[in-house]
Amino acid sequence: MNKPLQDRTTQSVEPPGLESRRRFLDYLLGTSAVATLGAIVYPIIRFMSPPKIIESTESSVVAAKLNEVPVNSGKIFKFGSKPGILVRTDSGELKAFSAVCTHLDCIVQYQSETKQIWCACHNGQYNLNGKNVGGPPPRPLEEFKVNTRGDEIVVTKA
Amino acid sequence: MNRDEHNFLAPVLVAALMVLAFFTSASAQKKSSCIDCHVKLDDPRLSNPAKLFDNDVHRSRGLSCNDCHGGDPNADTSEAAKDPSKGYLGKPRTVDIPAYCGKCHSDANLMKKFNPSLRVDQESEYYTSVHGKLLKSGEQKVATCISCHTVHGIRAVSDPLSSVYPLNVADTCGKCHGNADYMRAFKIPTDQFTKFRASVHAKALYDKQDLSAPTCNDCHGNHGATPPGIASVANVCGQCHARQADLFQTSAHKIAFDQKGLAECITCHSNHHIATPTDQLIGTQQGALCINCHTNGDKGFAAADHMRTRIDQLIVSIDKSNEILSLAERKGMEVSKPKFDLKGATDALTHARVLIHSSSSSEVDKVIGPGLDVAGKGYQAGLDALAELSFRRKGLAVSLVFILFLALLVYLKVRQLETRQPIAK
Amino acid sequence: MQEWLDERLSISALSDIARKKEVPVHRYSIWYYFGGMTLFLFVVQVVTGILLLLYYRPSAENAFESVQFIVTEVQFGWLIRSIHSWSANLMIATLFIHLFSVFFLRAYRRPREMTWVSGVVLLFIAICFGFSGYLLPWNKLAFFATKVGTEIAGVIPIIGHPVLRFLRGGDDVTGATLTRFFGFHVAVLPATATVFLAVHVLLVQLHGMSVPPSLKDQKLKKMKFIPNFLLRDLIGWILAIGVLAALAALFPWELGEKADAFSPAPAGIKPEWYFLFMFQTLKYLPAKILGMDGEVLGIMAFNVVALLLFFVPFLDRGPENRRRTLIFNIIGVLALLYILVMTIIGYVT
Repeated sequence: MNKPLQDRTTQSVEPPGLESRRRFLDYLLGTSAVATLGAIVYPIIRFMSPPKIIESTESSVVAAKLNEVPVNSGKIFKFGSKPGILVRTDSGELKAFSAVCTHLDCIVQYQSETKQIWCACHNGQYNLNGKNVGGPPPRPLEEFKVNTRGDEIVVTKA
Repeated sequence: MNRDEHNFLAPVLVAALMVLAFFTSASAQKKSSCIDCHVKLDDPRLSNPAKLFDNDVHRSRGLSCNDCHGGDPNADTSEAAKDPSKGYLGKPRTVDIPAYCGKCHSDANLMKKFNPSLRVDQESEYYTSVHGKLLKSGEQKVATCISCHTVHGIRAVSDPLSSVYPLNVADTCGKCHGNADYMRAFKIPTDQFTKFRASVHAKALYDKQDLSAPTCNDCHGNHGATPPGIASVANVCGQCHARQADLFQTSAHKIAFDQKGLAECITCHSNHHIATPTDQLIGTQQGALCINCHTNGDKGFAAADHMRTRIDQLIVSIDKSNEILSLAERKGMEVSKPKFDLKGATDALTHARVLIHSSSSSEVDKVIGPGLDVAGKGYQAGLDALAELSFRRKGLAVSLVFILFLALLVYLKVRQLETRQPIAK
Repeated sequence: MQEWLDERLSISALSDIARKKEVPVHRYSIWYYFGGMTLFLFVVQVVTGILLLLYYRPSAENAFESVQFIVTEVQFGWLIRSIHSWSANLMIATLFIHLFSVFFLRAYRRPREMTWVSGVVLLFIAICFGFSGYLLPWNKLAFFATKVGTEIAGVIPIIGHPVLRFLRGGDDVTGATLTRFFGFHVAVLPATATVFLAVHVLLVQLHGMSVPPSLKDQKLKKMKFIPNFLLRDLIGWILAIGVLAALAALFPWELGEKADAFSPAPAGIKPEWYFLFMFQTLKYLPAKILGMDGEVLGIMAFNVVALLLFFVPFLDRGPENRRRTLIFNIIGVLALLYILVMTIIGYVT
């Protein structure tokens, strides 16, 4: 631009064309600054609002509702990334174990006739304390803690 | 010696003798002249028993040569030690070995002093076995107690060096049963060990050290060793493979197999060379076992075809889902949960492969259906992940446009400021 | 508005300095922007770090799962987490550029010695930030990187073992290490950084931008700090936001597998790139040098260099000396080349 040098100390008087260009630039600058700030603040606000699942389910999970597990029955539930088995014994007591068989990792099930936990893959048997009592399994099933909260059954790592 | 000296000496002598007796009895082993002599002999046939006995489980229970062979272990001459009047029996004949060992091992009252939980029926069980029956009929080339348990260096079954420790059983049986020359007269195959070693059970036993995997005695019995009968093989395999055995017993094949005199389980899976089963075994294509009996048009053929088709369907669906989830993962999306959930479909596949033993298409369908659902969900999760990825990239493109625009505006502003009020010198 | 604030907080003194401050314009001016860029990236770290704090759980049982949770369940969690990880690396990169540019332009000379010293302190704080933050996701890579890193600290003679126990919260890397590193990362280090940053920035404002010795005698153009320099800074910062967003969307930071104390170290394990040149050096040192343990000597050597870094302004003091300038330049270039070459070798092998 071939504009003469302005006096540093005094505010310059510009021709009207330049004045409106400056105002337009300021306007654009202002709106896009606000828009960008909005684009930064929006994800932050969404981040801070609680998500659908409020916390990770690795150490504690609602395994089932009380009425879903009748006496002398078992139910498989998801505990974090592994399956678990919830059993209600004859006496009404609730017990929970890891459902991964300690032999070759098949998923175990509850047998109401024998009142034991059974693995279909190679006929492994566990008693209701999780102890391996028959067949190939070399170790007991890991036991979890069971609590009730209202009508929910909550299972936590022991 | 005068009387007093004699009287003084006697108690001292008695005391000395008591001390001597105390020290000799305090030592772990009673005196055994048998071992003391035999260990020094040159002929290995005579010295080995004495040397091997160090590791014997009987020795650790305080027993010695005379407890089996009779004789006098305190005698110092060969004649006195091997005196028949002292009960010396010498080396037993082959046909007498079971009774020789059974002298103690069939005596419940005696055995419970050493180990109350040990069985005492091995001798009687032995005579129900093929080995025992042949022995009774006069055959000398059969296995007796010492053939499997060895003699003089007998170790407990739980000792890993024992010839009857699970990992060693097949080698012990194979000593005779794998020797073609030795078994020539009996006209039975001698390739069982070779076949077994190639099987999935041997892989589990030897390669993965899974001691719960079966070896010879788990299917044939040990003391009552006999190959299982054709109609009872399913019971034997069913000890572990209970599910498959149950399904088979109630399937249409059970009646058909019994009628045709076909051995259960091993007709399809073989007895020794049990290979890891693949889907190739079932269906109606070249290489499938079903078409050995079934032909196009019969119910079995249709069922085999249907079951194989459904299984293949599920496999294809699982593979598709795995592929798309892996793709999403490679592109940076976190898909560990959908990948875990997809395992449910693989579970259904395993379940379906077990259910074919029911030879019922409807049973297989019952699990394939839900399995396909799970696989479908996994595929959908993969699609969602890829959609989210493309949404993020579009979002990025849009926001970059804004950001670059803003940067440009600021730059223009700077330029504008500096032409109005140039940088001073 | 300004009068209202000024009456109560006396900000006019500071704002006067800021308004009057001028920045020299010459062919090396571009390097002036890197300090501000590092500061900006640090602010990004603080903001994203605080956001992550809303969901992160600093225990061995929960840490990995909580980061997984952030990346999969929380809205824009993937964005915040990836920006935090990328910005950390970018910040250390700009920090190194800032360090070397200040060194070569001799900006540490009198009266700016304290600015340099506080800057070196900030360098070490930043490296501690990086080392402590790296462990927090509690994945296999981080677990072993921390194990190896603290092991190296333990090799220092006499004080090594107590230092190792202090860092690890015990003899091994466990959940105790994680909790402790978390405490360092979100409380101790931010507090110390704030103090030294305040000192550093105030000193820069006080002394103004330094002019390289070669241009000292020339009459230079000057631009105003507010608004010209700041607006130019802003362009850089806006572009940096764009780069971070692109990196987060196109190259998301990996999560890996949860740490397992009993599984063996993954093959080819190496630390983050800013430690790589030291790691590679230690690999090349022979087991024994003049009868002493090679590794220990290597670590001590690095410690000595770090200490020397503090003393640079005091070693290069006094009037301009062509020979001394040359020596320092050569040392600087050699150091830079060494770091670059070793880092590249570390990546390629």
